[in-house]
Amino acid sequence: MVRDEDVVHKFRQSNFGRLSFFVGFGIFLFLLSNRVDELRVYQGATLAMYVVAIASLILLTGYSGQVSLGHGALLAIGGYSAALARNHLSAPVWITFLIAVLVTAMAGAVLGTAAARLSGPYLAGTTLALAVGLPSIANQFGFLGGEQGLLFDVGFPPASLGEDFTQYKWYFWIASLAALISIWWLQNILRSRYGRSWRALRGNEVAAELAGIHAGKSKTLAFTISSGLAGLAGALLAMTISTVSPSAFPLSLSFALLTGAILSGVTTLSGVMIGALTLVATPEIAAAISNRFSTSENVTTNLPGLLVSALLILVVLLVPNGPVEQMRTVRNRKRAITR
Amino acid sequence: MYKFLNTVLIGITSGAIYSLMALALVLVWRSTRVVNFAQAGQALLSTYIGYEVIQNFHSFWLALAIAMVAGAAVAALIDAIFMRTLFKRAAEGPIAGVAPIIATLGLLGLIRALLGLVVGGKEASIRPPVSNIGFTISGHTLAFSPLKLLIVASVLFLMLVLSLIFQHTNVGLALRASAYAPEIARLAGVKVDGIRTLGWALAGAAGAAAGMLQTPDGNGALSPDSLEFSLLLVFGFIAAVIGGLESLVGAVLGGLLLGLVLAFVLIYISGSLVFITAFVLLIIVLLVKPGGLIGSRRGRRA
Amino acid sequence: MTLVVTDLTVDHGAIRAINNISFRVEEGQLAAVIGANGAGKTTLLRTLSGLTHATGGSASWHGTELLYSKPEKLVRRGVSHVSEGKSVIPELTVKENLHLGALWRKNSDEAHATQEMILDTFPRLRDRLDQQADILSGGERQMLAIGRALMSKPSLLLLDEPSLGLAPLLVAQIFQSIRALTSQMGLTVVLVEQNAMSALKIADMGIVLNRGRIAASDSSVHLIANPQVRAAYLGY
Repeated sequence: MVRDEDVVHKFRQSNFGRLSFFVGFGIFLFLLSNRVDELRVYQGATLAMYVVAIASLILLTGYSGQVSLGHGALLAIGGYSAALARNHLSAPVWITFLIAVLVTAMAGAVLGTAAARLSGPYLAGTTLALAVGLPSIANQFGFLGGEQGLLFDVGFPPASLGEDFTQYKWYFWIASLAALISIWWLQNILRSRYGRSWRALRGNEVAAELAGIHAGKSKTLAFTISSGLAGLAGALLAMTISTVSPSAFPLSLSFALLTGAILSGVTTLSGVMIGALTLVATPEIAAAISNRFSTSENVTTNLPGLLVSALLILVVLLVPNGPVEQMRTVRNRKRAITR
Repeated sequence: MYKFLNTVLIGITSGAIYSLMALALVLVWRSTRVVNFAQAGQALLSTYIGYEVIQNFHSFWLALAIAMVAGAAVAALIDAIFMRTLFKRAAEGPIAGVAPIIATLGLLGLIRALLGLVVGGKEASIRPPVSNIGFTISGHTLAFSPLKLLIVASVLFLMLVLSLIFQHTNVGLALRASAYAPEIARLAGVKVDGIRTLGWALAGAAGAAAGMLQTPDGNGALSPDSLEFSLLLVFGFIAAVIGGLESLVGAVLGGLLLGLVLAFVLIYISGSLVFITAFVLLIIVLLVKPGGLIGSRRGRRA
Repeated sequence: MTLVVTDLTVDHGAIRAINNISFRVEEGQLAAVIGANGAGKTTLLRTLSGLTHATGGSASWHGTELLYSKPEKLVRRGVSHVSEGKSVIPELTVKENLHLGALWRKNSDEAHATQEMILDTFPRLRDRLDQQADILSGGERQMLAIGRALMSKPSLLLLDEPSLGLAPLLVAQIFQSIRALTSQMGLTVVLVEQNAMSALKIADMGIVLNRGRIAASDSSVHLIANPQVRAAYLGY
């Protein structure tokens, strides 16, 4: 007997099926953006940015077994290159995003070549060093705008979209489209030969190498693609705040992204929304708490960081593989028992 | 000539502080196989405790001692309560290898946020216990001040104590045995869990000393999101890697080497290149001489 | 004082390494545990010294429950284990390696006397006392490993493959030293060996393990005489 569930599942597995799923989801988002208020639309844009950034980190950590504690630095590279392209070349918006992806991917390829030869703690320390140092480097070079940074203006929405089409909605559209395309493309890669090599490497590096997978090349590729996506996320972040500056990419951004990725579960892309939603919701929850219990500025500024760090620690302690993987394990166990 | 001498002296002073941080990282690495990124947070917390002591008792040296004791206690608690649970819980799964590292990062964020909640926004600074105006030799003022002399002397003293503990006491033997071969140490009757916590405590004290000495040597200001402490962590890590991450002597030499190189870049080339130099040095060491420039035969993998 | 093992079962994940075995070793006896690779010999020793956790059964020495205890605790109760592959720490000196075994002992005069006795038995160690253990030869390392275990003043000594990787002449020498030392100190010994004949020659009794079960258990004289054991494990 063929169950409905299986049919749905098969449909989602097929290429056409996944494409239609993404298109459908896009239309849903489009309709949604007309129904909610401005703040939610803006948060939607931030959400899409986090989705791209977290997916990039999941690809790196979960699929190729490398850990980056300094993803914020890659986002910074993307943000700055987009801003430079926009300001100096006056490139069209979509070109600036493309440039952000390409520049960051190239930086990632260089870093990845080094990173592929490093194991856990060394790579972690190196990426952390990058996240600490890179934003402050921007302070020291005039063309990067110093402490103030650079403006990054994607311009007004096209007039053809109507007069009541707001700036935030425009951000949301760009970010959502970028996120949808990224995730769709990433899923295809993960189903390809490359995705299989990454999974094999994560399982057992020696065995994978014996099976003919070139571990170094494979990891460098993962780092490059991951960096490209991080660059895109950086450009999206710069877009939503209209500027790039050292303070837009603090160490806490890297921590937050890592928390989002661990919370989403690094072994699968399907949990990416969990992490992104949490990161968007955290400042709101923190604001709600501090409004209710305290008016101290200290609480307002530090509570989000406290929540994110506490969450990171709790997840590592309690559900180290992420809630999605955890549920899957429990389900499989149940299934094994019933059979 | 004086410029060269000044550079060397500045390099030795900052290098001595990097050495302390590197020692802290190596001590934890040897006992638990974790690079403890929370070390920066622990050092910051200890330095704040030292600051409070100074406010109340007006003695830098008392503050240094108390900060070190507090740093040791905090580190021991982190290991005994937090790391032990973590190692039991996250023993398998795809992120098992990196889970402890990620957890220490979470801890760093947590300590900083908590400090921000309690003391954020308040002005806090530690003034040098002695003059930071350079010594004068035949009319030339050196970059080396009584403060810097005291810093170097304190670091030397702490290292002497540490090396006496490690080489000439039973506890030191147990610490070394547990680091090199925990299973054999256990079979010989060493209570490895306790020894590991002791390693953390020593590291906590060393990190606290690094924080307490670094702060007055810089602009003296303390803040929960201090960039100086992040850089201290990063430079300490780079120094430890140069030294091979396994070796205490290596950590000290790595710190001094890094301090000297960065001082020469700072004075002869440009301040804006300091961080880039350190980072490039890290990458080169990792790629060309992954066992560290000093000693250690062990490889980098696993 | 008797080593009593009852219904001991040990699992490595899904694999049952030791399957429900029982045996006794009387005080002062030297028991040789022989068997092929993967028979569970090393697992048996690791379980008795607390390094590996048992799935079921019990084991006691001199009234002390051995299972579910930590090795560092069992050492204090007189159980010393020399693990497989020359368990010395190469980064430490010979003296430090020896000293390590007696760190927890309160009476340092007594510990010093033990050290003298060990150095009298293995004079080659005396010459190298202040050198790093990584320059020692294979035989010297094995002597040092046994010496370190004896420094803990054990009553029960667990030895895992002391002959591993040693030249035949050296094997005979080491085994003679083991016999002499343990008789002199009145130790009870469980000796795990691949080198079945050499082990049975110095042993009082033998236990043959096969895939986690006891295939035969008897006095060593009888085991050597047993045609099946001869054919399967002694090679003639």
